[in-house]
Amino acid sequence: MDSGDYIRIEHVTKRFGSFHAVDDAHFSIKPGEFFSLLGPSGCGKTTLLRMIAGFEFPTEGEIYIDGQPVTGVPANKRPTNMVFQSYAIFPHLNVYDNVAYGLRKLRLPRVELDRRVKEALGMIRMDGFEDRRADQMSGGQRQRVALARALINRPKVLLLDEPLGALDKKLREQMQFELRQLQKTVGITFIFVTHDQEEALSLSDRIAVMQKGKVLQIASPRELYESPNCRDVADFIGTMNFMPGIVRAIEAKVAVVDVEGLGIINSPLPEDYSFATPGAAVLIGARPEKLDVVRGAPHPGEKGVAGMIGACAYLGDRNHFQVTIAGREGPLQVATEQGDRSTLASFMPGENVTVSWGDNSMVLLPKD
Amino acid sequence: MSAKPLKKVGEKSWGITIFAFLYLAFLYAPMVVLPIFSFADQKVIDFPIKGFTTHWYEEMFAKPEMHKALWNSIQVGLIASITATLFGLLAAKAITRYAIPGKSFATGLISLPLFIPEILLGLALLIILNVVGVTLSLLTIAGGHVLLCTPFAMAVLVARLDGFDKSLEEASLDLGESGWMTFWRVTFPLIMPAVVSSLLLTFIVSFDEFLLAFFLQGTEQTLPLYIWSGLRFPSNFPPTLALGSIILVVSIVLVVLAEWLRQAGTGGGKMKVGV
Amino acid sequence: MRLAAETAVKQKAAKQPSWSAAFTRSEALRGWTLLSPTTILMIIGLAAPLGIMLLYSFWKQEGLNLNTDLTLANYDEVTFKYYPVLLRSLWIAALAAFCTVLLGYPVAYYVAFHAKNSKFIWLILLTIPFWTSYLLRVFALRVIMPSELQATPAAVVIALTHAWAAFAILPIYVSLEKIDRTLLEAAADLGDGPIRRFWRITFPLSLPGVISAMTLIFVPTIGDYVTPSLIGGGKPSTFMIANIIQGQIKSNDWPLAATTAIVSMIMVAFAVYFFVAALRAGARSLK
Repeated sequence: MDSGDYIRIEHVTKRFGSFHAVDDAHFSIKPGEFFSLLGPSGCGKTTLLRMIAGFEFPTEGEIYIDGQPVTGVPANKRPTNMVFQSYAIFPHLNVYDNVAYGLRKLRLPRVELDRRVKEALGMIRMDGFEDRRADQMSGGQRQRVALARALINRPKVLLLDEPLGALDKKLREQMQFELRQLQKTVGITFIFVTHDQEEALSLSDRIAVMQKGKVLQIASPRELYESPNCRDVADFIGTMNFMPGIVRAIEAKVAVVDVEGLGIINSPLPEDYSFATPGAAVLIGARPEKLDVVRGAPHPGEKGVAGMIGACAYLGDRNHFQVTIAGREGPLQVATEQGDRSTLASFMPGENVTVSWGDNSMVLLPKD
Repeated sequence: MSAKPLKKVGEKSWGITIFAFLYLAFLYAPMVVLPIFSFADQKVIDFPIKGFTTHWYEEMFAKPEMHKALWNSIQVGLIASITATLFGLLAAKAITRYAIPGKSFATGLISLPLFIPEILLGLALLIILNVVGVTLSLLTIAGGHVLLCTPFAMAVLVARLDGFDKSLEEASLDLGESGWMTFWRVTFPLIMPAVVSSLLLTFIVSFDEFLLAFFLQGTEQTLPLYIWSGLRFPSNFPPTLALGSIILVVSIVLVVLAEWLRQAGTGGGKMKVGV
Repeated sequence: MRLAAETAVKQKAAKQPSWSAAFTRSEALRGWTLLSPTTILMIIGLAAPLGIMLLYSFWKQEGLNLNTDLTLANYDEVTFKYYPVLLRSLWIAALAAFCTVLLGYPVAYYVAFHAKNSKFIWLILLTIPFWTSYLLRVFALRVIMPSELQATPAAVVIALTHAWAAFAILPIYVSLEKIDRTLLEAAADLGDGPIRRFWRITFPLSLPGVISAMTLIFVPTIGDYVTPSLIGGGKPSTFMIANIIQGQIKSNDWPLAATTAIVSMIMVAFAVYFFVAALRAGARSLK
């Protein structure tokens, strides 16, 4: 970790008895980053967030914010603010008092307080809502008040605990966009917890994928999608076909793998390929959209294998096929774009086809 | 095969409705009787009623022992209700907020007075006070009442704190307030109705309580003890009934108030029943 | 400028002494600190006195002296001399619990299933008597009790049934209210009439409430003093445990009183255990 790191999580573990909620999390977050913690429920992402906020304390390890150790510091003394999953708007106070809550102890003159509250409400486009109460607002409005209430304190880090989970789809998408804009405007680090991989992919600069307390991979959305480092990450983000194989040889930039059902594939080497030694069992991953279904020979420059169409699903702009091939137990998932009107090729179940692919769109993964 | 349509689920049954209303009458009959006889111009408590008078009330109000007993009961009630509510609040907060090993043991111990016969409690306290050498007085009664009332207070407050969004307190901490200020600015305003309800209920429990007071009394009487001695002698019946009627009315008013406050605190909706 | 000042304040506060940090780190520790005052109160006020009372039961009162040699003489005396009273108390309490539940069940059923908008009012009305003076309620009952019944064990049972009504109705109501109404609709759909629906679905599902009600009434009733005294009119045939203990205290024989209390509690524990087991077995046969 270097000096550009704003938040440092150093070997943080949280145990409840013998249960590891967070297992040796060790990474850092850069200033001004929109950083997401992504994973299924129970993976430890919320626990980790709460440790950064100060509501839980690590069993082992240290946390640093802007160079300062905060590991034992209680929540009210940390330079962080949080947007809670339930929004936690104080029901007995109106919007003005809610938003101004954290500023009370500064004893600002009334004029100054008014100005800052107005500014905060303007930022989330809720001017004029000062006198409303929690039960007079919709979920989306309460969520924005929670944002204003947090940001008005000018924290170094804003923590968001699945804030969009309770909103309906359209509202959620709109809020996602607004959140991203807000973060760019305010310029502070956001740490965002979610179980929705699409959400994480669209919002984040970098994502930490977690499962069962462990941080599996931290990378940009594109990198996570194109180059997952293990089966769990590959499976959690998008869909992937997994094909077992044996490494025959390692060459300059590829691994020569004998893949069940598909023959020899020259898969590009990932950054850390220490698991890929000759003779080792590995997995080859192929995203459905990187495969194609054709009649006859595979596309020029690509390899192919014979198969039969099982199930088809027509999705308007795409087709999904399940293709059974010899030498492999489960079918391959293939996703193709709907051709323009001049392409008449529509495949039927039972038809014999060729699955076509390019070796360099394959992903080499350890078999665990 | 019968062609008669099956009775719909939830269809009203008249038998049970009548029974319910009769039961209510059975429940309230004795309490209605007391005021009736307190206005009866006769010394014998039996029908038929001979005349209407308020002089039993006058007689009752005139007695200085009654005033003393009333004042004693109020003092004991205040001490007991405030202390019990305080202890109950601490326990309720601990139970609903924290994961504590041994929690259910502690909760069970604190709730124990509700489930053991009062006579057991009275006897045990009597013995230990004797062993320690404490003279019996209003304070010993108040002490016994604190033990009895604390589980009530805790139950009322747990019910309110349980439905309380924990993240409200966390949000306050997150926004920079200390634990103490968080309690004052967020927790207390929201649980206030339950606290007042607890104070009222524990006061009533203490005010009406007889058995522990009977065992732990010193030289001073509480109102129930005064009534008890009044019930010993038939000539004292009518004034005692007058006193009883007033107490009954006041208790009812306080209980309704306490229940209403409890509902107001939880924001209406689905009602939580019982103690 | 203010921003810098604020962050400086927060930064300064970020350093903490290690013991304080350790305290804030441990949730269990903070929780116990909050819970301890009340727990300690109960240990001093309940556990210790009960413990000493247990000790007293093994000591013997000889005239004005307390003989602290451990002995089982009290247990002997209580078991053989007082067992009629003990048994009668058990019997009266059991009868009272049974009658209270029997009479209270239909009322609870009414409020749970038939009172659509007035549930709240009904529950308040049913609970209010409970909060008024027990003493006055029992006295009032005596007033309206017909003279043939005065000072009989039966009168005591009736008075107890009245006094503990709320304790029966509320638990039964709660368990009835929890029953998923669609279960009854499913039963109707499968051909059951209202009576069968009740015995096959409603009653078995409400059993936890019934058991809880009976236990809730049975235990305090055994130790009741007011009702047997006021209603019983001092006749020995109406004496219950509490009257005996009161007499023993009056004659300054506290060890004997302690023993009576403990023996009766043991009996109650056994009675409750067997009773609950019997009810559960009975319920299983209600298929």
